[in-house]
Amino acid sequence: MKPAPFTYYRPTSLEDAAQRLRDGADDGALILAGGQSLVPMMALRVAYATELIDLNALDGLDRPRVEGDSLVIPTLTRHATFHDARAAPAPLGDLLACVAAHIAHYPIRQRGTFGGSLSHADPSSEWCLVTATLDGTVCLLSADGPREVAARDWSDGPMSTTRDPDEILTEVRLPLPEASASWGFYEFNRRAGDFALGMALCVIDLQDDRITAARIGIGGIEDHPRRLPEAEAALIGRAFDAAAMAAAAEAAMRAVDPMEDATTSAEYRRDLTGTVITRALEAARLRTLALADPA
Amino acid sequence: MSDKTTITLTVNGVPRTIACVPRKTLADALREDCRLTGTHVGCEHGVCGACTVMVNGAPVRSCLMFAVQAEGAEVRTVEGLAPEGGLSVLQQAFIDHHALQCGFCTPGFLMLITGALQKDPDMSDEELTEVLSSNLCRCTGYRNIVRAALAAAPAIRASVRETAA
Repeated sequence: MKPAPFTYYRPTSLEDAAQRLRDGADDGALILAGGQSLVPMMALRVAYATELIDLNALDGLDRPRVEGDSLVIPTLTRHATFHDARAAPAPLGDLLACVAAHIAHYPIRQRGTFGGSLSHADPSSEWCLVTATLDGTVCLLSADGPREVAARDWSDGPMSTTRDPDEILTEVRLPLPEASASWGFYEFNRRAGDFALGMALCVIDLQDDRITAARIGIGGIEDHPRRLPEAEAALIGRAFDAAAMAAAAEAAMRAVDPMEDATTSAEYRRDLTGTVITRALEAARLRTLALADPA
Repeated sequence: MSDKTTITLTVNGVPRTIACVPRKTLADALREDCRLTGTHVGCEHGVCGACTVMVNGAPVRSCLMFAVQAEGAEVRTVEGLAPEGGLSVLQQAFIDHHALQCGFCTPGFLMLITGALQKDPDMSDEELTEVLSSNLCRCTGYRNIVRAALAAAPAIRASVRETAA
């Protein structure tokens, strides 16, 4: 339960880290961010590094900020930063605070990072779900310079991304939802703090009591979190009621290609897809009512 | 590749200079190099929480940090909890509420609760109870740990706010 030996490098800047990674990536050098997934995988000897390039001592990479109409989340931003809903403008700050509370456990959230979660790309990653649902942008840096990847192009299969081995994830940009948008999140797992068996995030815009725009994302169901256009289409132009929510859930259950594992069948996950989407939509609908009638 | 690196950190207010290979976890460095064996090593992959210590004011798993990453850090371990000649309010509450049996998980729980309330003194009793799900205890069934944490929480919150003011 001890990691295999490796060398340790503490870069002086992101550019220095990118150059070091360019020189060592082919041999097995890896970036170390929060270490809350990589370090246990190294201890279990399912991940190996010849060298760890530790970003943690770099300044200025852990505070989210608003730029234009986006929230910029630097790579070392800890999950726990979003415990405080004021870390982002409303309603995104409340959404991120709600989601953050579901990531692993409190001490893990003190060190685990947003950029690390995106890079690790677990099918049950809450931050991958948020980035996919909001159509975020992943910003990378290599010795050749920066590159941007749209959220929908980020996954390359389970726990695999389109990041090249010599690229560092530097920040993620999330478009700010409309101030009037309502949102809902629901995650199901068997024990507190476990990986999600299924989760859904939705962001809904209403005009004159009709749904004008809808984002529905799922995680933990397929090999990576993604938006479900079939479920979103089932909502457009309708009143935000039980029938619309049922139509979206039905469309989602038809559209997904669920994972199967030793304890959870694909059919269970298909069924769960409908449940988590219905519950996320119901949470959004209750927020809509609260916005319409603050009293 | 396994050359030792010299690092300086502060443990319970005392500056320490130790030499570690990069793969040595902070948990092992505290136990073997600082001779502070109150921090327990259970699962060594971040699941059980027995090795929880505070690093720069936040409770973290010391098996998921390498010692070389603690360069310049302020670390607090269970040995740093009790005031001279006594016990902390939380330690006394663990005794009063029978919150330990074998005691292996206890240092981790003490640091988890102390650290969480120090970082977020405004957290509710419900949130504190949720935080307790971070660590594993195989003896008590958690009920008495919850009782001890909730009994000590008001005094810890008051003390944190007093220090901050």
